[in-house]
Amino acid sequence: MEEVAIVGVGQSTFVRGYDGSIRELAFEAYREAMADAQLTPKDIGASIICSAPEYDKQRTPAGVLAEYLGLVPQPTFYAESVCSSSSMGVRAGYSLIKSGLHDVVLILGFQKMSEITSAESQERMGRGADIMWESPFGTMMPAYYAMYARAHFEKYGTTEEDLALIRVKAASYGQINEKAVYRKGVTLEQVLSSDTVSTPLKRFDCCANADGSSCLILARKDRAADMPKKPIWILGLGAASASVNMAGRDSLTGLRCAQMAAREAFEMAGIAPRDVDVAEVHDCFTIAEMMAYEDLGFASPGEGKHLIRNKETYKDGRIPTNVDGGLLSKGHPIGATGGSQIRTIVLQLRGEAGEMQAENPRIGLIHNIGGVGLYGNVTILGTVTI
Amino acid sequence: MWDMEGGNPMGFERFGTVSFTSQTRVDGFIDRLLQGKVSGNRCKKCGFTYFPPRADCCSCLSSDMEWFDVVGTGKLLSYSTLSYAPTGFEKDLPYTIALVRFEGDLQIFGRLSKAIKPENIAVGMDLRVTPVKLSDARIAYEFRKP
Repeated sequence: MEEVAIVGVGQSTFVRGYDGSIRELAFEAYREAMADAQLTPKDIGASIICSAPEYDKQRTPAGVLAEYLGLVPQPTFYAESVCSSSSMGVRAGYSLIKSGLHDVVLILGFQKMSEITSAESQERMGRGADIMWESPFGTMMPAYYAMYARAHFEKYGTTEEDLALIRVKAASYGQINEKAVYRKGVTLEQVLSSDTVSTPLKRFDCCANADGSSCLILARKDRAADMPKKPIWILGLGAASASVNMAGRDSLTGLRCAQMAAREAFEMAGIAPRDVDVAEVHDCFTIAEMMAYEDLGFASPGEGKHLIRNKETYKDGRIPTNVDGGLLSKGHPIGATGGSQIRTIVLQLRGEAGEMQAENPRIGLIHNIGGVGLYGNVTILGTVTI
Repeated sequence: MWDMEGGNPMGFERFGTVSFTSQTRVDGFIDRLLQGKVSGNRCKKCGFTYFPPRADCCSCLSSDMEWFDVVGTGKLLSYSTLSYAPTGFEKDLPYTIALVRFEGDLQIFGRLSKAIKPENIAVGMDLRVTPVKLSDARIAYEFRKP
């Protein structure tokens, strides 16, 4: 079997309102990844462009961005699963290489959330789930995750303070990540006293919107050997989907799609949750990180709260998680998020994470969710092939 | 489809505060709401039941469906009260969305009646579901105390 490595990574600074076009935003991550891998456009066999299209004014951005990046006439196409679009792009890119169709594939995730007005954004927020049967009741992403939080509190005794501790952790790392949109520290008291968005979630339980881009370059083993940076190997890939309507959910205390994706990724990599040295999880809301601890097997169901109470997910803890600030502080430019999470883990495994560096990690995991547990993606990376 | 004389919505466009779907083959759901019934449907071929109702069965791929009415009380699984709303729902604030489980593995997503005071909302409480008429000839359903 030909192994697949990540040989180049890049990310734009995540900002509140990017003052350029989407092609220029995409170029920022692209230039960094190409410099990282020391490649030129003709070295890229195909590109996969990832974003949530409801924020784009440009119809079919793939061809437009590929041209701007100098990746025409190579094949390019679009991958979309809302917030997990670029993880799905990696799944597609891995397949292109494994199949033998291409030996080097580039995955570019981007989102210019400020491409549309705040009013347009508010309107789209109402259509984030089942528009036929749920949106007519006035639903929003925070309200759905809030229902998971309430159910978790009731079943396991998790508290608002436990969730707030997750926000405090994220902010402590956002401060040292120069690419994060939110660079300030946050105290427990600040989180608990912030405005209620949808009970029991408050403003500080919600991630920071941002404009941003991410770029990953994947290569077949023989090509990876020629690249300047230590290759980081894709050891496991898991993906699953679930009912969009809450009426079809059999649990409100965890995300089934994440549990299934995790099981598949662990099985493919031949490792167990305890083998993971560093993780990036999809903390679009604090409750989402709490459920991720349990869905990934870092803690038993209901025991996730002890991980954060005991600071086991801090950089010096047992399983450092989101030590780049996560979606909560680094920011969440939808289509760029998965690629940014993967970049963070690649830097960790190379030992290039700077002030955020965990101690000598060898295996890293990325958990990236689309919608309210509609799409689940888990990716496992390692410093050596298994 | 709109009633040309009164300017009021007809069919599935009437569902909820703001509807995003105008045409569906299960718009009989709206007619039944008007008759005072909240209904799911069942595949006549394989017996699979659905809420929300569907025109097509994804279990056996038949499209021969029959209605049934949701009766009795269910248990509140979870809920959240919104302080912010998407465009078009601002005037409804604050409101509470909820998921309720009825007999026969039937789960229904909707809103809690505003007659239930926030301090009286509790996971596990008994609720029934009933149609509710909204302004401008719109219609939905909500959960109420039995």
